[in-house]
Amino acid sequence: MTKIELTVDGAAVSDDVEPRMLLVQYLREKLGKTGTVIGCDTSNCGACTVHLDGTSVKSCNVLAVQANGRTVTTIEGLADTAEGDLHPVQEAFRECHGLQCGFCTPGMIMQAVDLLGENPHPTEEEVRLGMEGNLCRCTGYHNIVQSVLHAAGQTEGATA
Amino acid sequence: MIPVKFDYLAPTSVEEALSALGEHGDDAKILAGGQSLLPVLRMRLNAPEVVIDLGGIASLRGIRDDGDAIVIGAMTTHHDVRDHALVKEHALLISKAAAEVADSQIRHRGTFGGALAHADPAGDLGAPALALGAQFVIAGPGGTRTVEASDFFVDLFETAIGEDEILTEVRVPKHTGWGAHYEKFVRVAHQWPIVAVAATVKGSIDEARVGLTNMGSTPLRATATEQALAGASATEDGVRAAAELAAEGTNPPSDLNGAADYRQHLARVLTGRAVLKAAGA
Ligand SMILES: Cc1cc2nc3c(=O)[nH]c(=O)nc-3n(C[C@H](O)[C@H](O)[C@H](O)COP(=O)(O)OP(=O)(O)OC[C@H]3O[C@@H](n4cnc5c(N)ncnc54)[C@H](O)[C@@H]3O)c2cc1C
Ligand code: FES
Ligand code: FES
Repeated sequence: MTKIELTVDGAAVSDDVEPRMLLVQYLREKLGKTGTVIGCDTSNCGACTVHLDGTSVKSCNVLAVQANGRTVTTIEGLADTAEGDLHPVQEAFRECHGLQCGFCTPGMIMQAVDLLGENPHPTEEEVRLGMEGNLCRCTGYHNIVQSVLHAAGQTEGATA
Repeated sequence: MIPVKFDYLAPTSVEEALSALGEHGDDAKILAGGQSLLPVLRMRLNAPEVVIDLGGIASLRGIRDDGDAIVIGAMTTHHDVRDHALVKEHALLISKAAAEVADSQIRHRGTFGGALAHADPAGDLGAPALALGAQFVIAGPGGTRTVEASDFFVDLFETAIGEDEILTEVRVPKHTGWGAHYEKFVRVAHQWPIVAVAATVKGSIDEARVGLTNMGSTPLRATATEQALAGASATEDGVRAAAELAAEGTNPPSDLNGAADYRQHLARVLTGRAVLKAAGA
């Protein structure tokens, strides 16, 4: 067991974990944060995307011990406003119907927030490239891209 | 899947990491960004007893100017390599190739040194490092040695790094002002290339360096093409004859993504494209 101390969604947590425990397992099984989901076994799908010290990572491909001393934000901690409020990117996904079954959505939103942090006014192509590590099995990419552009305040002029 | 149990060590200096490696020998594995190692452990293709995480060694991260070269710390992430002003100015080819590695999330974790040490023949950073004549600085129990790119890549997933050694940094000779392009041919987004070509040119065209990804068990240099490009004009007709030589001496794999002769065809076509784009044509 290795002791880890980190901040998750604004709260300090500390635990003894097996070094082989993946960050996604830690979040789901130890902290009960099941908003972050596991969609694949190969680190391809991006469903498990969270922010580690402010940048997006695939939490199935990070060990919990590697997050020691660091800050993690999951989909559950994204909206830091009063209860019931949504983060603007969450709002945009609702507005633009950016989800079908919703399984890829937590990862899509976390990646979109990272993308917009780095490039607040992306083109449609930049959105598609920036989201290339996130797969939607329902293939709802069109509305996902529209949601990200909407969150950036620039749906007008986007191609159908 | 979850990896087999292992012990975890988090040294804070290269010396500590080397002594841990010395103590545990073949039972230990170095962990850099984990973007190749963790999938391997999760699929249980490897089961080290000890994992030595380099993540806590600050001296291995960052990029600095060192006269006629820039020096990239082994633990610098693909994301940071891509965006760094020194890389863009003096080794644009590396920035262009780093931008094509995997996806955003993986570029935030995966490291320059980790990718090169992993030596996947389909990895995107070997060919540009080879084309630019990079030197690999390797620390071991007896001190530090420097290995030329041409000697670093030994075979599939095999480099000159010994079992008791750590890659600490990579020196990239400055190619200031050289145009560059990394032309990657993939079937699906965010994956390894079927073939890719790393090209960088001085002027249009005085000199050229061309590296090939996934055209053999290691990255390769298209030397015949490089020679033919010196003094060529940066036009489609001007580079065609040189690009035709790109597959000379290559021995690409045949797999589900393509047969060897198809890869050789790709190497010729992609070399033409990469050189023209590198020359800004
Ligand atoms: C879904 C997915 C898609 C990907 N797509 C691409 C792609 O398109 N192109 C591409 O090039 N790569 C791709 N990768 C791999 C990625 O680039 C990895 O980041 C990289 O290959 C390994 O770097 P790392 O820092 O994560 O190393 P690790 O995974 O931590 O280590 C890799 C290996 O190198 C050894 N090692 C690491 N650092 C050192 C060191 N300093 N000294 C000695 N040994 C060391 C480790 O022991 C291990 O054997 C992809 C990965 C995934 C999961
Ligand atoms: S579950 Fe992490 S990438 Fe698919
Ligand atoms: S909405 Fe179903 S996987 Fe994307």
